[in-house]
Amino acid sequence: MIDTWAQYVFLFCGVAFILALKGLSGPKTARNGNLVGAAAAVIACALPFFYVSNMKHVPLIIVAIVIGTIGGVIGAKRVQMTQMPQMVALFNGVGGGAAALVALLELHQIGDGANISWFNLAATAFTIVVGSVSFAGSVVTFAKLQELMTSRPVVFPGLPIAFGGSFIAVIVLSVVLVHSPGMLVGIVLALLGLAIGLLLVLPVGGADVPIVISLLNAFTGLTVAAGGYVLANTVLLVAGTLVGASGTFLTLLMAGAMGRSVANILFGALKGGSTLGAGEASDRPVKSVGPEDAAIMLAYAEKVIIVPGYGLAVAQAQHTLRELVDVLVARGTEVDYAIHPVAGRMPGHMNVLLAEAQVPYEQLIEMDEINDDFKSTDVVLVVGANDVVNPAARTTPSAPIYGMPILNADAAKQVIFMKRSMRPGFAGIENELLFEPTTSLLFGDAKDTLGKLLTAVKAL
Amino acid sequence: MSGIDPSVMWLTFFILSVFVGIEVISKVSSTLHTPLMSGANAIHGIILLGAIIVTGETDNALATTVGLIAIVLAAVNMVGGFVVTDRMLQMFVRKPKKADPTEGASK
Repeated sequence: MIDTWAQYVFLFCGVAFILALKGLSGPKTARNGNLVGAAAAVIACALPFFYVSNMKHVPLIIVAIVIGTIGGVIGAKRVQMTQMPQMVALFNGVGGGAAALVALLELHQIGDGANISWFNLAATAFTIVVGSVSFAGSVVTFAKLQELMTSRPVVFPGLPIAFGGSFIAVIVLSVVLVHSPGMLVGIVLALLGLAIGLLLVLPVGGADVPIVISLLNAFTGLTVAAGGYVLANTVLLVAGTLVGASGTFLTLLMAGAMGRSVANILFGALKGGSTLGAGEASDRPVKSVGPEDAAIMLAYAEKVIIVPGYGLAVAQAQHTLRELVDVLVARGTEVDYAIHPVAGRMPGHMNVLLAEAQVPYEQLIEMDEINDDFKSTDVVLVVGANDVVNPAARTTPSAPIYGMPILNADAAKQVIFMKRSMRPGFAGIENELLFEPTTSLLFGDAKDTLGKLLTAVKAL
Repeated sequence: MSGIDPSVMWLTFFILSVFVGIEVISKVSSTLHTPLMSGANAIHGIILLGAIIVTGETDNALATTVGLIAIVLAAVNMVGGFVVTDRMLQMFVRKPKKADPTEGASK
């Protein structure tokens, strides 16, 4: 039994987590929300040192906390904004892994063949399995985003059978665990969870990885909630459930923004035939222009829309782009940024990247609000984006991005498409927009070319 | 109070939390999706609390080692998550009036 005063503090922390999430969903309150959450987490974690009467290994526990804290802070401070999705995936994965380990330890604590409620054991099995799924899945997600492995769907012939087999084995072994709790069964469940995590994420294509991060985040939340039930700890249950529920909701919201169902994202590649495009450069004829001509097109346009993509951030060209926009605005041109919900490598990522370059957020217009403006736009400048303006999403049912709402860049009078090469985008599909007669290609490194554009516009 | 079955009480906590979790973020703009996801990610790092409790209860050397590993992992999740979220949100809150082109260019 936890001391009553400590239970009150846990209640306080649970409420603080609700306020933290609430704060995080509004632009003005977000930073405070995050700090409230952090404070509550620190207080909750410090509590056992005070109410547990004879806690063992206190010095070792403190050393472990310090090591983890240093690791977390270094990672969080060093990571570039472009690598944010990998970082979230990694943090999520270690959290899931920790939850699975906690459940295994609790199982060990219970002892083999002990008499304990079946629901408690079922929750233990759930924590072990889903925590392991989240860990392995996040590691694969990390590897895909960090380009340690191919970002294209990885499918092999026996995959559906292996996945289904692991799934059935998990259910059977969970029942076994409930009937006769034992460490061996727990460890096998963890291994099966790892296998399911791998098999779940391997077939997911690069463009869909953001949704998977969100889904795995929700999984870890639910894992922590189940862990809270097992340990009879209210704050774990409440915090985990909050994250699990909001994460699931967010996942569905994002999948909706991409015009996809979650099932289709996870299992689409298994049906086969969804991998259009060889991922190689095409040799079809295109129209290309130099920076000087592109500068004239931009400088004498009345209305310009910028479509920024991940490539912009990789080239670290956000700052140069903002300077170019400033010069154009000073000349009297109307300039907006069109932000696709999944521009970048995770939903909302582009907003973070442009905020880093201090682009005023009034200039960032969301897709639904700006899509009708493209037809009255003189020039669309596509910088480092590709899949979010690919008409294949509307016209080619076999394309992996088919059904995803896209920015109507093809409706504009002229399109300047900045590209480093003719290689296709992250989803690995050829972009028909490149071959349109209204499209001019401006080849080169984004930062370098934007610099030339800037000089040329200034000279006019 | 004796009339409440503990498992129903836990179920009540769970179901109410589900609704609260959905309700509090239902109006989030897509601008904030990345920080929200990262912040929620940090909140489930609270499993650190569970890891501390379990490790503090065990005598077995192997179990202690596993527990300490869990603590390190959970602390990375929790601390790293909150710090990185704060770093992102700092950029949103800052009023971008006078821009310094050199700042952040090296990041």
